[in-house]
Amino acid sequence: MTTSEITHYTPDVLVTGAKTLADVNTDIAAPLERFPGKIWWICFGVALGCFGIGAGLATKMFMTGLGVLGLNEPNGWGVFIINFVFWVGIGHAGTLISAILFLFRQKWRTAINRAAEAMTIFAVMTALLFPVIHTGRPWYAVFWLIPYPNQRDLWVNFRSPLIWDVFAVGTYFTISLVFWYIGLVPDLASIRDRAKHKLRKFIYTILSLGWRGSNKNWSHYESAYLLFAGLSTPLVLSVHSVVSFDFAVSSVPGWHTTIFPPYFVAGAIFSGFAMVVTLLVITREVFGLKNYITIGHLEKMNKIIMATGLMVGYAYACEFFIAWYSGSSFEKFAFVNRAFGPYWWAYWIMAVCNVLVPQVFWFKKARTSIPVMFVVALFVNIGMWFERFVIVVTSLHRDFLPSSWRYYVPTLFDWGITLGSFGWFFIWFLLFVRFLPVIAMSEIKGVIKEGGAS
Amino acid sequence: MNSGKNFAGVIGFFDEPRALLEATRQVRDANFARFDSFTPYPVHGMDAAQGIKRSRIPYVTFVAGLCGFLFAFWFQYWTMAVDWPLNVGGKPFNSWPAFVPVMFELTVLVAGLSTLVAMLYFNRLPNVFRRGFDPSITRDRFALLIEPPASEKEATEFLEQIGAKEVRAVYAQGWFE
Repeated sequence: MTTSEITHYTPDVLVTGAKTLADVNTDIAAPLERFPGKIWWICFGVALGCFGIGAGLATKMFMTGLGVLGLNEPNGWGVFIINFVFWVGIGHAGTLISAILFLFRQKWRTAINRAAEAMTIFAVMTALLFPVIHTGRPWYAVFWLIPYPNQRDLWVNFRSPLIWDVFAVGTYFTISLVFWYIGLVPDLASIRDRAKHKLRKFIYTILSLGWRGSNKNWSHYESAYLLFAGLSTPLVLSVHSVVSFDFAVSSVPGWHTTIFPPYFVAGAIFSGFAMVVTLLVITREVFGLKNYITIGHLEKMNKIIMATGLMVGYAYACEFFIAWYSGSSFEKFAFVNRAFGPYWWAYWIMAVCNVLVPQVFWFKKARTSIPVMFVVALFVNIGMWFERFVIVVTSLHRDFLPSSWRYYVPTLFDWGITLGSFGWFFIWFLLFVRFLPVIAMSEIKGVIKEGGAS
Repeated sequence: MNSGKNFAGVIGFFDEPRALLEATRQVRDANFARFDSFTPYPVHGMDAAQGIKRSRIPYVTFVAGLCGFLFAFWFQYWTMAVDWPLNVGGKPFNSWPAFVPVMFELTVLVAGLSTLVAMLYFNRLPNVFRRGFDPSITRDRFALLIEPPASEKEATEFLEQIGAKEVRAVYAQGWFE
């Protein structure tokens, strides 16, 4: 390697505190080897409780029927679909960090990619719950969704966006999981080699697949990793595009627009980064990883939040322009109704949280302040949930026939199961921070050495 | 100690990746038939120093991706137009633009899973019966292993001469290759 290549990266930018390679192992792996602290147990208990509420209500829903939800004509879709789109969107930031920033050689991704990818996987797992329980008979759903030779002699309809969705989200989950696991293998080997307890050693020996750090292996490993990044990049852009087709391919005013795929992808990255910031601000504090996940990292993520927030704002404006420019009275009505109809409050929560609030990130002081970014990230998460609420609910509640117009109100079951989905997500995330390294140790080591004088 | 037939090579440890790179070049130039380096993270330039050819995984990925693509088209065509022709909104039975999303997804899925399998196959993983040479390799040390047919004496002397900090013979354990 030439000197000019090395000088691009200074160690104090990516990792502060003059860490050595051995420090990386100690700082990142040690928390996994201690008995979890009080904070962890409290969080885990709360997450478990929330999930319990959701699971209880879902069970009741299966026994009674979907009538317990707020759904009724013309609102065939409600909070469950909103949650599905919300959670799939959250996942996008993880893949953007792990794949797209990797292809662009953004070295700062190394500190955050592991946690963000874990978030992706858990978010997609959460998202997948919703279309399945939305069928009301989840034990049949799997048979309806997968094309396999069956006694009915029927296949799925491949011209339906809902089937594209099954393939898109299924592929996304599988590839994200594999990508994440490949990245974990060298770190799992590190933990295996540190392990003193027999059981821990055994478990991590199995998980690390027998990795020894051989350069012949690294060579194939790096090749595979690059290919996964290359495959995941179009994949992540396709997933939310396909999710948006669920709406855009229908002929409902407010849904039937060509801007949906890029608009959904930008929104997904926007909300996903907000969730990454929320999770990492807490993680770095609780696990003492401030030298690895620095203010510099968080500032870069905040810049992405602002940039994607502006894209989303542009999409909101563009939709209105096209509704007016199209000359279609139904299209015009759908959008005026969205902003000034019965659901005006949802529209303006969305607009304020997603477009107005992130503007504080024009100022470096706001971008580098932990309390400010934490609050903004929460606003963005709320705003993005309402964006999906606005899209799903306002487009449906006043259809072509005024006699069937209605005001959709989610019920206790909708809200309780939504709460349960947060519990489910945090159960997995909390288990992740206990049992797996939250930072890619082998990648951080590469960054330290490249910058350090040796 | 183990008998001679389990002898798996001589390993030398270095503290710095650059020292290892230089040592690896010397081992390669000395024409040892089999050797490998062990590092906590991928060291750039190591493939060239060791004389490793570019990984063949990209070919596997490409062919697998192509198979996924073609299979997805064939399967959708066959189910929608041949086995049970389904009229949806008067569209042609072979409405290929509607098949594109699933074709793309299966391309990525098959290519990705094949990349995983190829990576594991080329790396002879998983092999959990194999032990690491030293716990420090996954932490912060860099090692060079000279494998048979080089003799223990020959390899030890060479590694000491090129500046290894610690040199010792290693023996096969389990499914050690």
